[in-house]
Amino acid sequence: MTEGRRRYLLDREGVLGPLLLAPAVVYILALVGIPFFLAVGYSLSDVTVGDPSFDYVGLRNFRAVLDDPVFLRALRNSLFITVVTMVLVLVLGKILALVLVQDFRGKWLVRFLVLLPWTTPVSLATIAWLWLLDSLFSPIDWTLRWLGLLEGNLHWLGNDTLAMASVIAVQVWRIVPLAAVIISAGLIAIPPDINDAAEVDGAGFWRKLFQVTIPLTAPVMAVATLFGAILVFTDLSVVYVLTRGGPVDATQTLPTWAFFRGIQGGDLAQGAAVALFLLPLLVAMAVLILRAVRRMETM
Amino acid sequence: MSPPTATGDETGRPGADNRRQLAGRYARRRRWGRVGLYVAVVLLTLFAAFPFLWGAITSFKANQDLYSRDNNPFLFNFPPTLEHVRLLLHDTPFDTFVTNTLVVAVLVVLITLAASIPAAYSLARLDLRWGGAMGIAIFFVYLIPPSLLFISLSRVVSQLGLQDSRWALVVVYPTITIPVSVWLLIGFFKSIPRDMEEQAMVDGYGRVGAFVRTVLPLSFPGIVAVVVFTATLSASEFIYALAFVSRTSQKTIAVGVPTELVRGDVFFWQSLQAATILVAVPIALVFNAFLKRFVAGFTMGAVKG
Repeated sequence: MTEGRRRYLLDREGVLGPLLLAPAVVYILALVGIPFFLAVGYSLSDVTVGDPSFDYVGLRNFRAVLDDPVFLRALRNSLFITVVTMVLVLVLGKILALVLVQDFRGKWLVRFLVLLPWTTPVSLATIAWLWLLDSLFSPIDWTLRWLGLLEGNLHWLGNDTLAMASVIAVQVWRIVPLAAVIISAGLIAIPPDINDAAEVDGAGFWRKLFQVTIPLTAPVMAVATLFGAILVFTDLSVVYVLTRGGPVDATQTLPTWAFFRGIQGGDLAQGAAVALFLLPLLVAMAVLILRAVRRMETM
Repeated sequence: MSPPTATGDETGRPGADNRRQLAGRYARRRRWGRVGLYVAVVLLTLFAAFPFLWGAITSFKANQDLYSRDNNPFLFNFPPTLEHVRLLLHDTPFDTFVTNTLVVAVLVVLITLAASIPAAYSLARLDLRWGGAMGIAIFFVYLIPPSLLFISLSRVVSQLGLQDSRWALVVVYPTITIPVSVWLLIGFFKSIPRDMEEQAMVDGYGRVGAFVRTVLPLSFPGIVAVVVFTATLSASEFIYALAFVSRTSQKTIAVGVPTELVRGDVFFWQSLQAATILVAVPIALVFNAFLKRFVAGFTMGAVKG
């Protein structure tokens, strides 16, 4: 084949396009596609680490999982943590975004410190919190004792309610910077004339916020919230490092329960069934994100 | 911003008094706005940075200072010490974790770039019939989380003979980074005018040559964003690293530090906090330097993808 003919072939889009796309598609099909269907297969089988032979058992795993009070608790916890976290992230992320688009002294340092929770590997950031919530040496407890509001210790991670509150606090803390960055990109994109016009018309901070900024950034806020929701809903590291799902499964979530069942307990089939319960909600959130993105395009 | 009094002049309605009143109201509003802004800045910064600031103090504390409930936790009640930082750097596998993380990050970046640049170009430029559907498919793949796949992937990994090895992570991480990178790069490629490439093709380059000579240099910021994202993900990813690797010598930072610097119930708190700070600060610095490009890439991908 001559040099010229080869180049001619490569210049044809019908040949070049698929050729360029192939490596990425093959990679993803092999290591996402196959494991995905394998996960569905596992959930319908009796595969364990000790006995990897595949026997079809129908919906037995799902029935067993649905009868398991720990699973139901994990499902409830996952939904609860995600919803509460996202409401708080929306409010705090919006405030942080409004602050970050302003000009003020020391902005570089503030931005650096504010982004730390998001850029630090989650498991390490959670280690910092683990120490902050220590049962004996928590500085929060020390401050409360110093103010005379507390005797002894609160045992943050040893009490159902406080452990749940701690998990939510860490999730909010690490997602807010990401949400703020996305929302502030939307704020910057508001044409300055609109803000000026509103100001000339005498609109104050709150009226501008509720009648100009929030409506105009609604789609971008939706995208930020939904991305954050997916990160929280599917996260294993915060609960794993902070509470290991405890005390007594009080903070168990779907990902942690799937891990304890499937990897540590060796019951791959039930672990896969637990993890598959993430799917319906993820699909719903993905569809909502795409719709929000479409709205951004038409604006 | 136009001066507020100008409106009065233009419409000619409000009188001088009215105008002065308005000006005063705006000035007050501005002053309170500034105060509110700085209060918000300080509160938000404390909220975000407090665990790290406290961790930084902790990492230099002597044991007798740290482990007494009555000592003020925010001050040094005993002279600060470097002992625990030294312990972290010399007597723990921390350096092994850092090396593993760097090896994994570099290789994952290379694999990601090699697969995602051609794919993104093909989706952005060559009007494939199913290009739009493909873009959405990539987006959905991006949303399939590790927590859904890690159980079945652990079998795939052991079938490949990569169990308990950092190579498992090198092979698996691109499944997360390729979709995001394609998504990011599509936005960058689309923002570069087609004319430039066509000009290069008129000058005698083939499609690939024209791409390498015009589009690639211009989308350098996008490629930087991909590198930063991919390297950070390799350093942070927890689920796969926890599920696939349990040998100390093969662990990355994200899993090694929380699992190996704790012996039973004994936490090496000062060393743990030092490790967190030593990892957090460099990553945050890199992110801050590239934040604008990152955000631009994200929104371009989102809007135009």
